[in-house]
Amino acid sequence: MTENGNSPARAGATAIADDGPKKKVKLNIFRGTEEGGKEVEYEVELAEGMVVLDAVLKIQAEQEGDLAVRWNCKAAHCGSCSAEINGKPKLLCKSRVDEYEGGEINVGPLRAFPVVKDLVSDVSWNYEVSKRINPFHSDEQAPFTMYEEDVERLYEPKKCIECFMCQDVCHVLRTHHKHEEFAGPRFFVRNQWLEMHPMDNQNRLEDIKEDDGVGLCNITKCCTEVCPVGIKITDNSIIPLKERVADEYYDPAKWLMRKLRGRRNGSSSS
Amino acid sequence: MDANANKNGNRENFEVREHDILIIGAGGAGMRAAVEASEKGLSVGIVTKSLLGKAHTVMAEGGMAAAIGNVDSEDSWRQHFIDTMKGGKFINNWRMAEIHAKESPGRVYELEQWGALFNRTPEGKISQRPFGAHTYRRLAHVGDRTGLELIRTMQEKVLATDTKVYMETTVTKLLQDASGRVVGALAYTRESGKFIHYKAKATVMATGGWGRIFKVTSNSWEGTGDGAILAYDAGAEMVDMEMVQFHPTGMVWPPGVRGLLVTEGVRGEGGVLKNSEGKRYMGDYDPERMELSSRDVVARANFSEVQAGRGSEHGGVYLDITHLGYEGIMAKLPTMHEQFLKLADVDIAKEPMEVFPTIHYTMGGIKVESEHCATTVPGLFAAGECSGGLHGANRLGGNSLSDLLVFGRRAGIGAIEYVEQNTHGTDIPEEDVQTEIRRVLDPMERPASDNDESPYLLQSELQDVMMEHANLVRDEDALKEGLRKILAIKDRVPNVKVGGNRLFNPGWHTAQDIRYLVQVSELIVRCAIERKEKRGSQWRLDHDELVEEYGNINFISKKGPQGEVEIERREIPPIPDHLAELLDQSAKGAKV
Amino acid sequence: MSSVAAAWKKLPWWVEPFTVAGVLIAFGIYSTAVIVFAGGQYEQYISPFFSFTATMETPAWAPAFITAPMLLLWIPLGFRATCYYYRKAYYRAFFWDPPACQASAQNREPRSAENYRGERALFVLNNVHRYFLYASFFVIAFLWYEAFRTVFTYDGFQIAVGSFLWFANIILVSAYTFSCHSFRHLVGGNMDCYSCVRGGNARRKTYNFVSRLNAKHPQWAWYSLFSLLFTDIYLRLVAAGTITDYVLIPFGG
Repeated sequence: MTENGNSPARAGATAIADDGPKKKVKLNIFRGTEEGGKEVEYEVELAEGMVVLDAVLKIQAEQEGDLAVRWNCKAAHCGSCSAEINGKPKLLCKSRVDEYEGGEINVGPLRAFPVVKDLVSDVSWNYEVSKRINPFHSDEQAPFTMYEEDVERLYEPKKCIECFMCQDVCHVLRTHHKHEEFAGPRFFVRNQWLEMHPMDNQNRLEDIKEDDGVGLCNITKCCTEVCPVGIKITDNSIIPLKERVADEYYDPAKWLMRKLRGRRNGSSSS
Repeated sequence: MDANANKNGNRENFEVREHDILIIGAGGAGMRAAVEASEKGLSVGIVTKSLLGKAHTVMAEGGMAAAIGNVDSEDSWRQHFIDTMKGGKFINNWRMAEIHAKESPGRVYELEQWGALFNRTPEGKISQRPFGAHTYRRLAHVGDRTGLELIRTMQEKVLATDTKVYMETTVTKLLQDASGRVVGALAYTRESGKFIHYKAKATVMATGGWGRIFKVTSNSWEGTGDGAILAYDAGAEMVDMEMVQFHPTGMVWPPGVRGLLVTEGVRGEGGVLKNSEGKRYMGDYDPERMELSSRDVVARANFSEVQAGRGSEHGGVYLDITHLGYEGIMAKLPTMHEQFLKLADVDIAKEPMEVFPTIHYTMGGIKVESEHCATTVPGLFAAGECSGGLHGANRLGGNSLSDLLVFGRRAGIGAIEYVEQNTHGTDIPEEDVQTEIRRVLDPMERPASDNDESPYLLQSELQDVMMEHANLVRDEDALKEGLRKILAIKDRVPNVKVGGNRLFNPGWHTAQDIRYLVQVSELIVRCAIERKEKRGSQWRLDHDELVEEYGNINFISKKGPQGEVEIERREIPPIPDHLAELLDQSAKGAKV
Repeated sequence: MSSVAAAWKKLPWWVEPFTVAGVLIAFGIYSTAVIVFAGGQYEQYISPFFSFTATMETPAWAPAFITAPMLLLWIPLGFRATCYYYRKAYYRAFFWDPPACQASAQNREPRSAENYRGERALFVLNNVHRYFLYASFFVIAFLWYEAFRTVFTYDGFQIAVGSFLWFANIILVSAYTFSCHSFRHLVGGNMDCYSCVRGGNARRKTYNFVSRLNAKHPQWAWYSLFSLLFTDIYLRLVAAGTITDYVLIPFGG
């Protein structure tokens, strides 16, 4: 390394002098593919504030050049580095090594999707689901007049970084493999803001019930537990959609009211 | 769609995909171009190194600059134009600056039409926040995650069109026919290492910047300058490559997050910079605009304070936003709060952040024609950060997101027109494809030898050289020494060797990137040697500020016949009267 | 509180489902015993399980195994059984669908993929939750009435610990009821634009208030369950003479 502390361009943010032997940290990382693989133990030097992704990249640069890991921003903004630590989905860039305090750190890929290699899973299924969701549409022309009061609850679902950890932890996908019938928590989050947007005038309730399979969700809240940006997926996205679907399909009084209104409308037009 | 070559001796299988328009890069600019072309009914393919929606656009936090005048009704495209030119120290492409200022509002409204949600004013309009060197409150924003909103909206829009998206696919070469026009590209999928020959009548480059040439960077692994060098290798002219922006505020501690961006929104919301003596020092550098001065000024101020020994514990300065209180911070800057609490154990509602300049953006890039972003190579268009011209010597915060959409759209239109006006074929000799495939596979398939180099270590070495020799203050000796080191590294690039197989092999991927990083570094240092002045982001300690003879000069770099770098001083075309008048009035202090 | 939550998270995954199952079973046994075998009327108070049914005769048409409190208690029972929070609790604790979130727990989910229908088959009936909510409004009204009655004795007005518990209980039961997801939907969750309709602002404010309550719905669910249990036990102990009801504010009227 070509370090030169005297150069004018090297002021500030320089490395702190090392003192004494460095502490080491052990990681067990899954190496393999969908067909199979095994956990391999690696040891790296511990740095202050180190996150698991730092450790994995260090192993990649110094020991195993072909160790596959997906990452981008390293700032918990993009949602690329989702993987499982000790069986729980985590963003590797946001998981501090010191959180595990000398306990085991087992790192593996997301398991609700086919494993490509090592820590990388094939998440392309999510983009197929995304493609079939009826996109935002407004008959009105922007710029819209929209008030903060009407849109304040939409900021939360809009925070989603598409890390797909909620999809990974959802037992409907992970354990029961209902990928054909069920869109997964991430896409109820999207459907929620679409449905609640004051300017959108599409009706997606039938899609949500039939194609997206909201009824398969049994609101056991694992998705909410793992969301790295703190979206209350179950309470603020899925349950409100379930309630709207109930309005439309499971509420006899509402059904009767629609029938009566429909008839009244019909008779007035004739 | 099928493989048209069998594996036979040295011949490799590859897939062929045909589109009218190939777009390389799926950030804001690439996706906007894709939407434009796809909605016109053309067949569009978009190639991205990452998953869709993960491009660096997502990191933009502060907002998108557009003179819509919702908060300050006096604002106009004219003032936005003036601010952009002033920020760029007048070496911007003035026509691009004009188009950008005029069209940004339309792009903001368009996003809203497609479902983007911005923060609102009490009147129910899009709210706008103040930002460095913008005269008026101008940035449409949503909290501190405007880039996420933009990219998600564009992504959902792209998925709603017929655009074919090729995720996690790396382009290695632009393919040119005998006349030199670009008729497609060769790429491989990162997942399986399968090669794809894209045939396209027109290609749009939208690959973003090259912040990865520095060690302390706010860029992700993707920012390796692929598009710039692919275009350079195809013969495209590059403009003002020396102009590299350092963001004044990157994190400094802990080491793992060094360089991570701290949004300018913090200063936009009233954040104050202080040194270790507790002094608010910006008054010494720009008493008028203080913390909201342009990025080059604030970055150098932070740098100088640390140099003068007034730095913080970990070698930065203090950025204090505690006056907003917990509630205010959670409303305006929730991401920052989370970022510092989680990664640095700092509660920014209670204590100041430690910050230091970090490489952020590259103003220089592929030279484009201002109306429709055509490069100097036929069939190749470029938009967004990989192109150059709009931002001159320094980019204003918020002008990037609007740049992406304004010129992404225009590049799309340019490509559509090009496709409609030309009937050329897209075939090239198969041997060209095979030669390129062999080159790409070489680091993996070549037998090991004593000269082998690790791509990771070579990249790290290059980053150290750039940090030392081409940082935010520069001088001739250091630059020349840096160039010598870069050229030495360049000689070692062919020795890069990796293990493993083609299946998702990051070592192999890095082996491809290193060529771009080295070449782009060489261009930067060579141009930085040529521009002997202090101007915006180019800060030559050994020369004066704003030297007149460089005031209307762009440095154009280009690949010469022997593969050497050719640099030309090119005069900026004279600015037309209606724009010159605006700048004159502004210089006299008049409002426009 | 957060340190307790952090400590709770560090426990093995099976602690939570077993605890929940244990508590719910214990509550079920106690409440069944109360409503089948015990009376609801004590000297001054009635059992919070009973409300007006405490003094009621079982109607002639009812089969013999029906006791008076059952005529009312199907409402809170149904309300809680179809509640979005309790659903999570019993799907996890009793059906292990899944028992917890990490891989090792999910792997133990007993149901096969073919048999898993979520809330599409039998449990689609949980969509009736809103009707139990409407019915609960009556129960709440009666309980408030009873709570106030506890402070008026034959001799005038007084507040004893028993009354205090009655009020604490009805406040918690109300918080649980009005933090219900269906109620949140009813008051404003079903609207897309508040500023577009007359009275929208009031609905938005109500919705926001209910949303804040709703964030603590699980807590209200448990607190109100325990307050019911505790109040009833306390009153039975007083009636049995085991303890004496302490008077906080004697004879005000």
